Amino acid sequence: MTITTSLNDKVALVTGASRGIGAAIADTLGDLGATVIGTATSEAGAEKISARLAEKGLKGAGKVLDVTSADSLAALLAAVKEEFGAPTILVNNAGITKDNLLMRMKDEEWASVIDTNLSAVYRVTKGCLRDMTKARWGRIVNISSVVGSMGNAGQSNYAATKAGVAGFGRSLAAEVGSRGITVNTVAPGFIDTDMTRVLPEEQREALMAKIPLGRLGEPEEIAAVVAFLASDAGGYVTGETIHVNGGMYMA
Amino acid sequence: MSSIEERVKKIVAEQLGVKEEDVKPEASFVEDLGADSLDTVELVMALEEEFETEIPDEEAEKITTVQLAIDYIKENLG
Repeated sequence: MTITTSLNDKVALVTGASRGIGAAIADTLGDLGATVIGTATSEAGAEKISARLAEKGLKGAGKVLDVTSADSLAALLAAVKEEFGAPTILVNNAGITKDNLLMRMKDEEWASVIDTNLSAVYRVTKGCLRDMTKARWGRIVNISSVVGSMGNAGQSNYAATKAGVAGFGRSLAAEVGSRGITVNTVAPGFIDTDMTRVLPEEQREALMAKIPLGRLGEPEEIAAVVAFLASDAGGYVTGETIHVNGGMYMA
Repeated sequence: MSSIEERVKKIVAEQLGVKEEDVKPEASFVEDLGADSLDTVELVMALEEEFETEIPDEEAEKITTVQLAIDYIKENLG
Protein backbone atom coordinates (compact mmCIF):
# COMPACT_ATOMS: atom_id res chain seq x y z
CA MET A 1 0.00 0.00 0.00
CA THR A 2 1.23 3.42 -0.92
CA ILE A 3 0.53 6.11 1.63
CA THR A 4 -0.28 9.36 -0.06
CA THR A 5 -0.92 12.83 1.26
CA SER A 6 -1.59 14.35 -2.16
CA LEU A 7 -4.81 16.34 -2.41
CA ASN A 8 -4.68 16.87 -6.18
CA ASP A 9 -8.12 17.40 -7.75
CA LYS A 10 -9.75 18.02 -4.37
CA VAL A 11 -11.61 21.20 -3.49
CA ALA A 12 -11.16 22.26 0.14
CA LEU A 13 -13.22 24.81 2.04
CA VAL A 14 -11.51 26.37 5.08
CA THR A 15 -13.51 28.82 7.19
CA GLY A 16 -11.71 31.63 8.97
CA ALA A 17 -8.64 31.45 6.74
CA SER A 18 -7.41 35.04 6.76
CA ARG A 19 -4.98 34.55 9.64
CA GLY A 20 -3.75 32.27 12.38
CA ILE A 21 -4.44 28.55 12.29
CA GLY A 22 -6.94 28.83 9.42
CA ALA A 23 -4.43 30.57 7.17
CA ALA A 24 -1.83 27.88 7.86
CA ILE A 25 -4.37 25.14 7.13
CA ALA A 26 -5.42 26.75 3.85
CA ASP A 27 -1.81 27.11 2.73
CA THR A 28 -0.86 23.57 3.72
CA LEU A 29 -3.82 21.99 1.91
CA GLY A 30 -2.91 24.12 -1.10
CA ASP A 31 0.70 22.93 -0.91
CA LEU A 32 -0.59 19.36 -1.13
CA GLY A 33 -2.40 20.17 -4.36
CA ALA A 34 -5.94 21.03 -3.26
CA THR A 35 -7.87 23.94 -4.67
CA VAL A 36 -8.50 25.96 -1.53
CA ILE A 37 -11.41 28.26 -0.79
CA GLY A 38 -10.53 30.24 2.30
CA THR A 39 -13.24 32.33 3.89
CA ALA A 40 -13.11 35.61 5.79
CA THR A 41 -15.84 37.79 7.26
CA SER A 42 -14.85 40.87 5.24
CA GLU A 43 -14.11 41.63 1.60
CA ALA A 44 -10.66 42.89 2.61
CA GLY A 45 -9.96 39.62 4.44
CA ALA A 46 -11.07 37.58 1.43
CA GLU A 47 -8.84 39.61 -0.89
CA LYS A 48 -5.93 39.07 1.48
CA ILE A 49 -6.46 35.31 1.24
CA SER A 50 -6.64 35.43 -2.57
CA ALA A 51 -3.44 37.47 -2.68
CA ARG A 52 -1.63 35.10 -0.29
CA LEU A 53 -2.64 32.00 -2.27
CA ALA A 54 -1.62 33.66 -5.55
CA GLU A 55 1.72 34.74 -4.12
CA LYS A 56 2.46 31.16 -3.07
CA GLY A 57 1.34 29.80 -6.43
CA LEU A 58 -1.58 27.88 -4.91
CA LYS A 59 -4.94 27.18 -6.53
CA GLY A 60 -8.08 28.72 -5.07
CA ALA A 61 -9.40 31.98 -3.74
CA GLY A 62 -10.55 33.90 -0.72
CA LYS A 63 -14.32 34.40 -0.35
CA VAL A 64 -16.54 36.29 2.04
CA LEU A 65 -18.57 34.17 4.46
CA ASP A 66 -20.50 35.04 7.58
CA VAL A 67 -20.78 31.58 9.15
CA THR A 68 -23.73 32.72 11.26
CA SER A 69 -25.82 33.50 8.16
CA ALA A 70 -27.60 30.78 6.18
CA ASP A 71 -27.97 33.18 3.24
CA SER A 72 -24.29 34.05 3.19
CA LEU A 73 -23.46 30.33 3.26
CA ALA A 74 -25.88 29.49 0.43
CA ALA A 75 -24.39 32.26 -1.72
CA LEU A 76 -20.84 31.11 -1.03
CA LEU A 77 -21.53 27.44 -1.78
CA ALA A 78 -23.34 28.28 -5.01
CA ALA A 79 -20.43 30.45 -6.16
CA VAL A 80 -17.79 27.89 -5.17
CA LYS A 81 -19.58 25.02 -6.95
CA GLU A 82 -19.92 27.13 -10.08
CA GLU A 83 -16.30 28.25 -10.13
CA PHE A 84 -14.37 25.31 -8.63
CA GLY A 85 -16.73 22.38 -8.01
CA ALA A 86 -18.25 21.12 -4.77
CA PRO A 87 -15.85 20.95 -1.81
CA THR A 88 -15.22 17.44 -0.49
CA ILE A 89 -12.77 18.64 2.16
CA LEU A 90 -14.23 20.92 4.81
CA VAL A 91 -12.29 22.47 7.65
CA ASN A 92 -14.52 24.26 10.15
CA ASN A 93 -11.99 26.58 11.68
CA ALA A 94 -13.73 29.96 12.09
CA GLY A 95 -14.15 30.82 15.74
CA ILE A 96 -14.34 33.64 18.22
CA THR A 97 -13.87 34.17 21.95
CA LYS A 98 -15.88 36.43 24.24
CA ASP A 99 -14.38 35.59 27.60
CA ASN A 100 -16.05 36.44 30.84
CA LEU A 101 -16.68 34.92 34.23
CA LEU A 102 -20.06 33.23 34.06
CA MET A 103 -21.54 35.45 36.74
CA ARG A 104 -20.75 38.46 34.56
CA MET A 105 -21.43 36.88 31.18
CA LYS A 106 -23.98 38.63 28.99
CA ASP A 107 -26.54 36.64 27.02
CA GLU A 108 -25.04 38.11 23.87
CA GLU A 109 -21.55 36.86 24.79
CA TRP A 110 -22.91 33.39 25.30
CA ALA A 111 -25.14 33.34 22.21
CA SER A 112 -22.68 34.78 19.72
CA VAL A 113 -19.93 32.33 20.67
CA ILE A 114 -22.36 29.39 20.44
CA ASP A 115 -23.61 30.60 17.06
CA THR A 116 -20.19 31.24 15.52
CA ASN A 117 -18.28 28.30 16.97
CA LEU A 118 -20.92 25.55 17.20
CA SER A 119 -24.10 26.30 15.23
CA ALA A 120 -21.94 27.36 12.28
CA VAL A 121 -20.27 23.94 12.27
CA TYR A 122 -23.72 22.39 11.94
CA ARG A 123 -24.69 24.89 9.24
CA VAL A 124 -21.61 24.70 7.03
CA THR A 125 -21.22 20.93 7.39
CA LYS A 126 -24.85 20.33 6.44
CA GLY A 127 -24.37 22.58 3.43
CA CYS A 128 -21.43 20.52 2.16
CA LEU A 129 -22.57 17.04 3.14
CA ARG A 130 -24.87 16.24 0.25
CA ASP A 131 -22.12 16.60 -2.31
CA MET A 132 -19.77 14.51 -0.19
CA THR A 133 -22.33 11.68 0.07
CA LYS A 134 -22.78 11.85 -3.70
CA ALA A 135 -19.03 11.70 -4.22
CA ARG A 136 -18.81 8.80 -1.74
CA TRP A 137 -15.76 10.59 -0.36
CA GLY A 138 -15.37 13.40 2.10
CA ARG A 139 -13.20 14.80 4.85
CA ILE A 140 -14.56 16.99 7.60
CA VAL A 141 -12.16 18.38 10.17
CA ASN A 142 -13.45 20.58 12.96
CA ILE A 143 -11.03 22.74 14.88
CA SER A 144 -11.72 22.51 18.58
CA SER A 145 -9.46 23.51 21.47
CA VAL A 146 -7.72 21.96 24.44
CA VAL A 147 -10.06 24.18 26.47
CA GLY A 148 -12.96 21.97 25.37
CA SER A 149 -11.40 19.11 27.34
CA MET A 150 -9.52 20.91 30.15
CA GLY A 151 -11.86 23.80 30.79
CA ASN A 152 -10.59 27.30 31.49
CA ALA A 153 -11.92 29.92 33.88
CA GLY A 154 -13.61 32.71 31.96
CA GLN A 155 -14.29 30.57 28.88
CA SER A 156 -17.43 28.60 29.73
CA ASN A 157 -19.05 29.70 26.47
CA TYR A 158 -16.00 28.93 24.32
CA ALA A 159 -15.31 25.60 26.08
CA ALA A 160 -18.94 24.52 25.65
CA THR A 161 -18.67 25.02 21.89
CA LYS A 162 -15.30 23.28 21.64
CA ALA A 163 -16.49 20.23 23.57
CA GLY A 164 -19.67 20.42 21.49
CA VAL A 165 -17.96 20.08 18.12
CA ALA A 166 -16.18 16.93 19.30
CA GLY A 167 -19.51 15.28 20.18
CA PHE A 168 -20.99 16.52 16.92
CA GLY A 169 -18.09 14.97 15.07
CA ARG A 170 -18.42 11.57 16.72
CA SER A 171 -22.14 11.42 15.91
CA LEU A 172 -21.72 12.55 12.32
CA ALA A 173 -18.84 10.11 11.85
CA ALA A 174 -21.25 7.31 12.76
CA GLU A 175 -23.89 8.65 10.36
CA VAL A 176 -21.82 9.06 7.23
CA GLY A 177 -18.99 6.55 7.58
CA SER A 178 -20.77 4.27 5.11
CA ARG A 179 -20.37 6.99 2.48
CA GLY A 180 -16.60 7.19 2.73
CA ILE A 181 -16.72 10.39 4.74
CA THR A 182 -14.55 10.85 7.81
CA VAL A 183 -15.22 13.41 10.52
CA ASN A 184 -12.54 14.35 13.00
CA THR A 185 -11.72 16.99 15.55
CA VAL A 186 -8.34 18.64 16.03
CA ALA A 187 -7.86 20.28 19.41
CA PRO A 188 -4.98 22.77 19.43
CA GLY A 189 -3.37 23.83 22.66
CA PHE A 190 -1.60 27.14 23.07
CA ILE A 191 -0.74 28.27 19.54
CA ASP A 192 1.06 31.48 18.63
CA THR A 193 -1.75 33.45 16.96
CA ASP A 194 -3.60 36.75 17.34
CA MET A 195 -6.12 34.96 19.57
CA THR A 196 -3.47 34.02 22.14
CA ARG A 197 -1.34 37.15 21.74
CA VAL A 198 -4.01 39.19 23.51
CA LEU A 199 -3.68 37.12 26.70
CA PRO A 200 -2.07 38.96 29.64
CA GLU A 201 1.65 38.24 30.11
CA GLU A 202 1.19 36.51 33.49
CA GLN A 203 -1.47 34.21 32.06
CA ARG A 204 0.88 33.32 29.18
CA GLU A 205 3.68 32.51 31.61
CA ALA A 206 1.42 30.38 33.79
CA LEU A 207 0.30 28.46 30.71
CA MET A 208 3.85 28.01 29.41
CA ALA A 209 4.88 26.41 32.70
CA LYS A 210 2.32 23.68 32.03
CA ILE A 211 3.59 22.81 28.54
CA PRO A 212 6.18 19.97 28.62
CA LEU A 213 7.58 20.99 25.23
CA GLY A 214 8.21 24.43 26.74
CA ARG A 215 7.00 26.54 23.84
CA LEU A 216 3.91 27.70 22.01
CA GLY A 217 2.78 25.69 19.03
CA GLU A 218 3.02 27.06 15.51
CA PRO A 219 -0.08 27.28 13.30
CA GLU A 220 1.73 25.02 10.79
CA GLU A 221 1.87 22.27 13.42
CA ILE A 222 -1.92 22.24 13.56
CA ALA A 223 -2.15 22.44 9.78
CA ALA A 224 0.04 19.35 9.41
CA VAL A 225 -2.39 17.25 11.47
CA VAL A 226 -5.37 18.60 9.52
CA ALA A 227 -3.59 17.79 6.24
CA PHE A 228 -2.97 14.21 7.41
CA LEU A 229 -6.65 13.76 8.28
CA ALA A 230 -7.74 15.31 4.96
CA SER A 231 -5.51 13.05 2.90
CA ASP A 232 -5.78 9.38 2.00
CA ALA A 233 -3.10 8.69 4.61
CA GLY A 234 -5.62 9.51 7.34
CA GLY A 235 -8.45 7.57 5.70
CA TYR A 236 -9.07 5.11 8.56
CA VAL A 237 -9.26 7.75 11.29
CA THR A 238 -12.79 8.93 12.05
CA GLY A 239 -14.79 10.25 14.99
CA GLU A 240 -11.52 11.01 16.73
CA THR A 241 -10.27 14.05 18.60
CA ILE A 242 -6.57 14.63 18.10
CA HIS A 243 -4.90 16.84 20.69
CA VAL A 244 -1.97 18.94 19.47
CA ASN A 245 -0.75 20.86 22.48
CA GLY A 246 2.88 20.17 23.34
CA GLY A 247 1.77 17.89 26.15
CA MET A 248 -0.14 20.46 28.23
CA TYR A 249 -3.11 18.11 28.20
CA MET A 250 -2.73 14.40 27.57
CA ALA A 251 -6.02 12.66 26.89
CA MET B 1 -38.63 10.78 -22.75
CA SER B 2 -39.02 7.87 -20.30
CA SER B 3 -42.16 7.52 -18.25
CA ILE B 4 -42.24 8.61 -14.62
CA GLU B 5 -42.29 4.94 -13.60
CA GLU B 6 -39.12 4.21 -15.53
CA ARG B 7 -37.31 7.27 -14.23
CA VAL B 8 -38.22 6.49 -10.61
CA LYS B 9 -37.15 2.85 -10.97
CA LYS B 10 -33.85 3.85 -12.53
CA ILE B 11 -33.06 6.25 -9.67
CA VAL B 12 -34.04 3.71 -7.02
CA ALA B 13 -31.81 1.11 -8.65
CA GLU B 14 -28.88 3.53 -8.85
CA GLN B 15 -29.23 4.90 -5.33
CA LEU B 16 -29.73 1.58 -3.60
CA GLY B 17 -27.37 -0.43 -5.77
CA VAL B 18 -29.99 -2.98 -6.79
CA LYS B 19 -31.03 -4.37 -10.19
CA GLU B 20 -33.82 -2.54 -11.99
CA GLU B 21 -35.82 -5.76 -12.33
CA ASP B 22 -35.90 -6.05 -8.52
CA VAL B 23 -37.43 -2.60 -8.23
CA LYS B 24 -41.05 -3.79 -8.26
CA PRO B 25 -43.87 -1.29 -7.54
CA GLU B 26 -44.72 -2.88 -4.21
CA ALA B 27 -41.10 -3.13 -3.09
CA SER B 28 -40.33 -1.41 0.21
CA PHE B 29 -37.04 0.50 0.17
CA VAL B 30 -36.05 -0.64 3.64
CA GLU B 31 -37.54 -4.13 3.88
CA ASP B 32 -37.15 -5.39 0.32
CA LEU B 33 -34.33 -3.31 -1.16
CA GLY B 34 -32.04 -3.13 1.87
CA ALA B 35 -32.04 0.65 2.33
CA ASP B 36 -30.94 2.18 5.62
CA SER B 37 -32.17 5.54 6.91
CA LEU B 38 -29.39 7.48 5.18
CA ASP B 39 -30.16 5.67 1.90
CA THR B 40 -33.78 6.80 2.06
CA VAL B 41 -32.75 10.42 2.66
CA GLU B 42 -30.39 10.27 -0.31
CA LEU B 43 -33.06 8.62 -2.44
CA VAL B 44 -35.52 11.42 -1.77
CA MET B 45 -32.82 13.98 -2.60
CA ALA B 46 -32.11 12.17 -5.87
CA LEU B 47 -35.83 12.18 -6.75
CA GLU B 48 -35.97 15.90 -5.96
CA GLU B 49 -33.15 16.53 -8.39
CA GLU B 50 -34.49 14.30 -11.14
CA PHE B 51 -37.94 15.85 -11.04
CA GLU B 52 -36.80 19.36 -10.09
CA THR B 53 -39.10 19.57 -7.11
CA GLU B 54 -38.87 19.83 -3.35
CA ILE B 55 -40.41 17.10 -1.26
CA PRO B 56 -41.28 18.30 2.27
CA ASP B 57 -39.89 16.16 5.10
CA GLU B 58 -43.33 15.11 6.31
CA GLU B 59 -44.19 13.88 2.80
CA ALA B 60 -40.79 12.26 2.32
CA GLU B 61 -41.33 10.10 5.41
CA LYS B 62 -44.42 8.55 3.83
CA ILE B 63 -42.64 7.52 0.64
CA THR B 64 -41.59 4.04 1.67
CA THR B 65 -42.20 2.01 -1.49
CA VAL B 66 -41.52 2.36 -5.19
CA GLN B 67 -45.23 2.83 -5.96
CA LEU B 68 -45.62 5.53 -3.30
CA ALA B 69 -42.72 7.41 -4.89
CA ILE B 70 -44.30 7.12 -8.35
CA ASP B 71 -47.68 8.24 -6.98
CA TYR B 72 -46.17 11.22 -5.20
CA ILE B 73 -44.35 12.41 -8.31
CA LYS B 74 -47.43 11.96 -10.50
CA GLU B 75 -49.69 13.83 -8.09
CA ASN B 76 -47.31 16.69 -7.52
CA LEU B 77 -46.01 17.16 -11.03
CA GLY B 78 -49.28 16.40 -12.81
